[in-house]
Amino acid sequence: MKKTLDSLLPGEKGLISRVTGIGPVKRRIVDMGLVTGTLVQVQKYAPLGDPMEIKAKNFNLSLRKTEAALIEINLTGGNA
Amino acid sequence: MSTGCMTVALAGNPNSGKTTIFNNITGAHQHVGNYAGVTVERREGFRRFQGQDLLVIDLPGTYSLTANSLDEVVARNVIIDEKPDLIVNVLDASNLERNLYLAVQLLELERPMVLALNMTDMAEQAGLKLDETALQRRLGIPVVGLVGNRNQGTDELLQAVVDASATHAFHPFSVDYGLKIEMGIKQVLEALKTLTNLKYPMRWLAIKLLENDSDVKNAIAGIAGGDKVLSSVEAIRNKTTVIVGEELEIAMAEFRYQYVGEVYRDFVDSRARTEQSVSDRIDKVLTHRIIGIPIFFGIMWLLFNIVFTVGEIPKGWIEEGVKWIGGTVGANMVEGQLRSLLVDGIIGGVGSVITFLPMILLLFLGIALLEDTGYMARAAFVMDRVMRAVGLHGKSFIPLLLGFGCSVPAIMGTRTLENRGDRMVTILVSPLMSCSARLPVYTLLIAAFFSESMAGSVLFSIYFLGVALAVGMALLFRKFLFPGATEPFIMEMPSYHIPTVRSILIHMWERSILYLKKAGTLILTASILMWFLTNYPANVEYVKDYDSAKVAVTEKYDAPTANPMLAQLDKEQAAEKIALSYAGRFGHFIEPVLKPLGFDWKMGVSLVSAVAAKEVLVSTLATIYSVGDVEADSQSLQEALAADPTFSPLVALTLMVFTLLYSPCLAVLAVIRRETNSWKWPAFSFVYSTALAWIMAFIVYQGGSALGF
Repeated sequence: MKKTLDSLLPGEKGLISRVTGIGPVKRRIVDMGLVTGTLVQVQKYAPLGDPMEIKAKNFNLSLRKTEAALIEINLTGGNA
Repeated sequence: MSTGCMTVALAGNPNSGKTTIFNNITGAHQHVGNYAGVTVERREGFRRFQGQDLLVIDLPGTYSLTANSLDEVVARNVIIDEKPDLIVNVLDASNLERNLYLAVQLLELERPMVLALNMTDMAEQAGLKLDETALQRRLGIPVVGLVGNRNQGTDELLQAVVDASATHAFHPFSVDYGLKIEMGIKQVLEALKTLTNLKYPMRWLAIKLLENDSDVKNAIAGIAGGDKVLSSVEAIRNKTTVIVGEELEIAMAEFRYQYVGEVYRDFVDSRARTEQSVSDRIDKVLTHRIIGIPIFFGIMWLLFNIVFTVGEIPKGWIEEGVKWIGGTVGANMVEGQLRSLLVDGIIGGVGSVITFLPMILLLFLGIALLEDTGYMARAAFVMDRVMRAVGLHGKSFIPLLLGFGCSVPAIMGTRTLENRGDRMVTILVSPLMSCSARLPVYTLLIAAFFSESMAGSVLFSIYFLGVALAVGMALLFRKFLFPGATEPFIMEMPSYHIPTVRSILIHMWERSILYLKKAGTLILTASILMWFLTNYPANVEYVKDYDSAKVAVTEKYDAPTANPMLAQLDKEQAAEKIALSYAGRFGHFIEPVLKPLGFDWKMGVSLVSAVAAKEVLVSTLATIYSVGDVEADSQSLQEALAADPTFSPLVALTLMVFTLLYSPCLAVLAVIRRETNSWKWPAFSFVYSTALAWIMAFIVYQGGSALGF
């Protein structure tokens, strides 16, 4: 099932299928290791609902929902 | 073994513990400056190991080496232009996959390199088995494991550095970018053949050109025949993009990660985990949905109190000390211009520089603690939603909060902001947070013109006005001065660490020295200038002959009666002297401008002199109203002000608004100069805030008058 990262609930995880967007934003996402095929899990959302925190490649990353919306995810399994 | 000094560049991701290792290697033998023309810090240190002199350069911490970020450009330019003998790449072993991505880019620069695997203890705790020799074989460069926090493995690293320099060998390295892109690289290399004397490694150059790297393109354009090469490269790039079917720089980054993934899986016995670490469990509390925000404010409250309440104590000692020195010097010198310059100008000026020092030390202690423990990233995470509403970054919150204490540490605290736009806007609006030096002005005026029941509301509305205008100006500056997309908020949340005392002390110390050296000299110069303006011309023609009046009083009365009269004459003389000084004349000169605000020249002089420090407004008013040296709560000055027909509650309120908003004090202007590396920004800050002050004061006074107050 295809979703963008910002629509995932805390605890949900999946594999990155595509990174959309352009220029430096996309480049930054990719530089941080969020490339196709990477497993990511949503840790939590900030108290005010944005940004969000994810786990990927053994480290934690926070990003705003607007950036997370550029990352398409193939869900694997339900709540871990 | 080679003779002479060997340069070693330390590269690595932020949070990889690079600075800790730098401190372990160099100890106190380090020096912080700036890279030419930019505000990126350049940190250098010196170490002698087994008879070999090492000059260590700590490069800015980066995740990648693109031209998108200033730090990254600086890091790679040092490697290309200064050709250090060796690169030491520090990697966080517990987060190796992403850290290796930078290592690959560094290897592409074709310089001798040593890998330092830091935090191997954390990696082991996390269940990762690292095979250093396998990694060494795979990448063809020396690999050393170490634990920077406990200063383990530093000597082994230095040994590897010295050994590697002896061989001076570079192990050829290249990432396979796949058939389609490799073909493009080959074509670009062909096109580059026409250029000679290139300082770059050729394959790297070709890769960067295919990635459309603006910095490298500019460099090529500057070479004879470069334009022609660039246009043929452009054609190759377009063609390759069509073949690959994706932006090349993204495709190439993915190939690098693919390569990194292979290396990583080969040598790390990894259980693919997304399990929760200790750090995650701490985070469950500290960034909790409900208690996360109260915890954040609690920590801010603590920081604020440490900096300003605790800092107030040594500040008081220093002030006393300066006063005592001034008094002692004054008592032992003949009255005259020299004494006045020394006591009021120089000792007073130096005093105002060092009185800030305890606060600066404590501020950087606090910031170092927040950063080294990893909480700073959480603070930004919690506050980002709020700060984004005014076009700023989550990290801007801390400097703005500090602004309520003093704008000097607030502006120095903006160093934690990486994006220039975020940082500049924060610097420009933080003086609008009403600092503690403005409080004596408010308390004096409120006590003189407002009833006790009104006092709280008036004070609150002044503070509130400052915050509201800061929000408005931040939005304006974002829109017009620093437009364009803000930097994406993609921030690593480092694992929580217990920081080392050593790294925190070094951090604190070097910042304070920078403050003393750079801002201090400016503040001192400005204080002497201010002294000159309020004390000169020396020989003014008084309306009254004070000297003969004093003689007459002394002759006519005995000492107990004469002394208060003499003191009164001194005060009157001082009042007249300041009225006739350059500052006083300037006050008269600008009176027409201040008239629409309900101010006369007396407020003009006070405001001019209070650019030295806002609380000076009170002492200047005291001098003008010839009530002598007073504290803000003194009755006599309040009565004198209340008796002046120029003043009214409305004028007092207008004066408070003006004091809140107009030019930041000299110390702050000096710090802005230091932090932005340009005179343009302190000048802009001066002009915009003074204009804003005038407009707001005009609205308050004219509006208030129209409403009949």
